[in-house]
Amino acid sequence: MAKIKYRNGLKNLGQKLRLSDTARKHHLGNSENQTEEIISQYRAYKYAKAMMLLVVFLLCALAFGIDIGLGPYSIDFLEVYRCIIDRLTDWGQDLTNEMFIVWELRMPRVLTAFLAGVGLAMAGAAMQSMMKNPLADPYTTGISSGAALGATLAITMGICIVGGEFGTVINAFVFALIPAAVIVLISTYRRPSPAMIILTGISLMYIFNAAQSYLMIVADPNSASAVYNWTVGSLNNASWDNVPFIFAVSLIGGTLLMQMARILNTMNSGDAYSKSIGIDVNKSRIIVLVTISLVAAGIISFTGIIGFIGLVAPHIARIFVGSDNKILIPAAGLMGAGLMLLADCAVQLVAETMPIGIITSLIGGPIFMILILKQKKEVW
Amino acid sequence: MAVRIQAEDLGVSYGDTLVWENINLDIDEPGLVSILGPNGVGKSTFMYTINKILEPTKGRVLLDGKDVMEMTFKDIAKKVAYVPQASGETFAMTVMDTVLMGRYPHSGYTVTQEDLEIAADCLQKMNMGNYAMRMFNELSAGQHQRVMIARGLAQEPELLMLDEPTSNLDIYHQIHTMRLLRDIAHQKGIVVLIICHDLNIASRFSDRVIMFSKGTVHSDGPAEKVLTAETIQDVYNVKAEIVPVDGRPYVIFHADETSE
Repeated sequence: MAKIKYRNGLKNLGQKLRLSDTARKHHLGNSENQTEEIISQYRAYKYAKAMMLLVVFLLCALAFGIDIGLGPYSIDFLEVYRCIIDRLTDWGQDLTNEMFIVWELRMPRVLTAFLAGVGLAMAGAAMQSMMKNPLADPYTTGISSGAALGATLAITMGICIVGGEFGTVINAFVFALIPAAVIVLISTYRRPSPAMIILTGISLMYIFNAAQSYLMIVADPNSASAVYNWTVGSLNNASWDNVPFIFAVSLIGGTLLMQMARILNTMNSGDAYSKSIGIDVNKSRIIVLVTISLVAAGIISFTGIIGFIGLVAPHIARIFVGSDNKILIPAAGLMGAGLMLLADCAVQLVAETMPIGIITSLIGGPIFMILILKQKKEVW
Repeated sequence: MAVRIQAEDLGVSYGDTLVWENINLDIDEPGLVSILGPNGVGKSTFMYTINKILEPTKGRVLLDGKDVMEMTFKDIAKKVAYVPQASGETFAMTVMDTVLMGRYPHSGYTVTQEDLEIAADCLQKMNMGNYAMRMFNELSAGQHQRVMIARGLAQEPELLMLDEPTSNLDIYHQIHTMRLLRDIAHQKGIVVLIICHDLNIASRFSDRVIMFSKGTVHSDGPAEKVLTAETIQDVYNVKAEIVPVDGRPYVIFHADETSE
């Protein structure tokens, strides 16, 4: 009903305009037809982008299978998926050697790579949109420095919030959330603008780094080296015990961020405009920030600091799908997963124990540079 | 239906600096209303107090009798659309996606077929139909402005506020845009409130003109009442001559004889 009314209104208006100005006639043309044309073009565009998501997903599935197959005992791609399907369809059966290797030895590591890539890249895409800054990544607010300090406290001084097996992880997680907590506190009497958030993050980063440097100087060389190893993110500690937690933070956090996609889109047009279409920008920014922090903290407290993925995967995704967060966030997630899997393949081929954090930066950097040089249209 | 906008004893200061005070306005009839006045006199600030982007230091603004400070952003957005002066996009989306943002107050997360139709129609009204699938950052400043106006129209507000909507437009599109805004105001019975620096363009198309001057509203009414040589001398410190053209005051400036 409203639609019909609207259309009639438009027709009347169109007639009125045409009557009042003949010069405009050739501009307006047959507007009914052009409306349909624009809509079908728009749908075709969105469809193409969705297809691109599917392609990246399939590439991820390919990389996933190849990655699991790599190692001292190599298993071919189809065999890997056969093992996975066998295992999933008949949970009770005894594991064959190959199934044991696939499921127990390699799956946790590769799943962690996949999920960490998804989570960090989605968080990065959201952070860039929220901050209106192409240089932002999930660690912009000092999350990584916080996590590193937490881990350092546990490793060098044995100071843990909760003792036991997960002492370091919990320390890293809690300290990684400090920046978000500080920003939430400050936001009660200071508007949480992007500049305020970034600068608060930087000041916290300096404080965390100073404390960490001191702890490392007074620590014995062995634990200092352990801290250093922790800070270069790696998948060597991945296990089935950790996967559910990383799965939860990546997917729940990612889903929440996707729900906020339209809000993130409007933040890109400025705070005043966002408010004018009904978005409480300050509140939304805090919600996004806390979500990003939980995702990033949840991942790096297990893996250590995996750099670059959260910065670059969103940009590669932007090149292919544009900057509409509705499609960008899932695309970035898959791109991040793909990059992590590629990096892990490289690790398996070169040196099994090399931390993945080194490889992500080493191969991600050149790939990104090539893409920047090759692309024709401007995305930023 | 037009929304009724009332400013009651409204005043804004930034810290110790007073922008303006004692503003009492009642906009209760649909039409094109132009806000004029020199730079820095608080015209944009006045708009910000209407849609709660800024909290006034004194007095209040009522929309249909309700204090805006007690309304949510969402409630306001269903009645009031705002077209900013410049776009500050960092990441570019397509023109169509940009215009669809204006549908947010009505549709939330999902974009409906109706949203698409409205967005496409609004783009065509601004002669930007052929650019629907272009990237927003590939357009010129004038085209940006037309896309942003289309986005404001797509919101289907009862009050459409535009901050200098014609500042980057060529003369054809200045006239086209102003005529379109006036026709929409009359046809849909809404209030279109614009900030304008071109006195003649405002004079030609406005139903009502509100002249801001240092610290408050100087005069308010139909163009022929407000746009007088005295007012222009008073407010802008520029000597001018008024000639009636098509029943509207046309202002001719005497630039080399200003009383500087």
